[in-house]
Amino acid sequence: MSNPHGDASILVDALRDPETVRQLGSDGWTALLAIARAEQLIGSLAYRLEGQPMPGGVAAILEDARLNAEYQRRSALWEANRAAAALAGYDGKVVLMKGTAYVAADMKAGIGRHIGDLDIMVAEGDLPLVEEKLLAAGWEWVKEDEYDDAYYREHMHELPPLIHKERDRMIDVHHTILPKTARPKPDAEAMLEDAVPVNTVSPEPVEGRAISLSIFCPEDMVLHCTAHLIADGELDGGLRNLWDFHCLIEAMFASVMDGNEPPDPIWVHDQTLGPLYRRAKQHDLEAALRRAVRLADYCFRTCKSELALSDRLFLRRLLARNGYGQPTRKLTRLGFYIRSHWLRMPPFMLARHLWTKWRMGRKKSASDAG
Amino acid sequence: MQEFRLTVGPASFRLLSEWKKPLNQMRELYAEYPAADIPDFTVRLEAVNALRRFIRPSAAINGDYMLPDAAPLPIEQGLLALEMGMNLQMALGWRRQMILHASAAERGGKALIMTGESGSGKSTLSALLGINGWRFMGDEFALIDPVNGEAVPYPRLISLKNEAITAMQDGAADIRFGPLMKATPKGDIRHMVPPADAIAQMSKRANPALILFPRFGHDPAIRDMPPSETFMRLTQASTNYVALGEQGFEALTGLVQNVPARALDYRSGEEAMELVEKLWEELA
Repeated sequence: MSNPHGDASILVDALRDPETVRQLGSDGWTALLAIARAEQLIGSLAYRLEGQPMPGGVAAILEDARLNAEYQRRSALWEANRAAAALAGYDGKVVLMKGTAYVAADMKAGIGRHIGDLDIMVAEGDLPLVEEKLLAAGWEWVKEDEYDDAYYREHMHELPPLIHKERDRMIDVHHTILPKTARPKPDAEAMLEDAVPVNTVSPEPVEGRAISLSIFCPEDMVLHCTAHLIADGELDGGLRNLWDFHCLIEAMFASVMDGNEPPDPIWVHDQTLGPLYRRAKQHDLEAALRRAVRLADYCFRTCKSELALSDRLFLRRLLARNGYGQPTRKLTRLGFYIRSHWLRMPPFMLARHLWTKWRMGRKKSASDAG
Repeated sequence: MQEFRLTVGPASFRLLSEWKKPLNQMRELYAEYPAADIPDFTVRLEAVNALRRFIRPSAAINGDYMLPDAAPLPIEQGLLALEMGMNLQMALGWRRQMILHASAAERGGKALIMTGESGSGKSTLSALLGINGWRFMGDEFALIDPVNGEAVPYPRLISLKNEAITAMQDGAADIRFGPLMKATPKGDIRHMVPPADAIAQMSKRANPALILFPRFGHDPAIRDMPPSETFMRLTQASTNYVALGEQGFEALTGLVQNVPARALDYRSGEEAMELVEKLWEELA
């Protein structure tokens, strides 16, 4: 029987050093596969373990995972293509974010990556125009709740989610990378300004007007990942974000170091990553970046960074999953859940938000019961 | 967590549950099925919250693949919950064959595939065929190998609903049934263990020879179905057609071009069996 008390280190080990899987027995493999699926890293793992000896049953499961990752890549690029076609005639930049950007630019972080929604970013002032064009092309609002709608529009970094009525796929339209109410204020204008074109997903011109999509410059790509991982949310999907981060920063190093292996550990080599740290300062994300680098070093590189005490808490949360695929460490999870709200809103606003949500919940259960 | 592992056709499962009873029921009903070393999927029955493990126990269906808004079931329906969990893993996670929401039976090395909406009777018809000289291959999913077009058996427990339960209970003496579960979200349900040959030959494939679209509750009628319509209907009936990409397209076009298809209306099991036998004589 697999050990229900273990945590996700077994997955981190396999991603860092694929040879560690050679010691796994049936129970170890069973646990690894369940954890990788729960953390949505099964596709990344499948590619990472290519060429390793493994039982036939595992090879078949990982082959399925690669096939599925290929499907997700294909549909993500098609969805980007459709969004670009819908936005033909819009003159501003449309930046692809997260998984879709990684596969569009053919990056290591995109290999086997799970991709769900399409995330794009446009200038805040252009949101009404972009929204109008998407609605005209068949996207619709997911939830029609006035409070949630107003909440998104006033306080969030994105529009309320839209879903396409025929393809059943969601799009998140961002205008910056953190909620407006969060304390760090990333320089969204600079991010758009420095975004670079990516040509792999451009559709045929519509009525003679083509639109080219963009991706963030390498530094901003790392920093968006950082913000997503450290400065926002409750670390759900944290391991996947950390693996993204690791792949992105390795790729950045590879370009700076002319193909040489990055030195160990990365974080002491601030000078090589000078532009990244300067950019992080500009976006109010320097401390978050340092933490992400320490955690990624610790998990995914052979020479481990020194972890601060608070880093250990993050690590505890990141690895909170057992061999059954169940979430564990309820208290740690709760702590990070509370932190996510704290990061997102000033105290008074948080109180008002929770109060409204609580009343809405009561009203809903009252009407369900009636 | 209690654990039980089993293999159904090409797929294997690790079933985990906070309660012993549903797993024991599964152990008994799946006694003749092979165990699994490294299972393809994990299904978990978990208490909705700590209190609901003991008081009015309510089981959430979790696992490798989950639906965000899946309603929990009372623990008396734990067996159904596990079966639903297994179906969900296949529908969302299986990529080795094209999955059709269909039942299947084999005779003379050739397979009959029956698909239709819930209530069409495809499940009951496959069970009836299984005790009348055919080899039962599955009542929920027909798996089509994308490379050579063969139908791969997936003979899980047969899920009988409402009137079909009494019909089958009266039909044969030596059949084993699970507990009768009344008023589930899908009506009354009782699971039936497939005939012994279906389990013993669960890795024996067959070439599809006839596709039927049965419809229960209408005057008996048979209608030709052109490949184009069959194709469209089967894309709707497949859970992984899109994910398989070009491979899926080729598997499905191959199937509809090589295998005749008919729509079949019927009012009773006996009537359907007669019509099926007649069509099989003519076409397969």
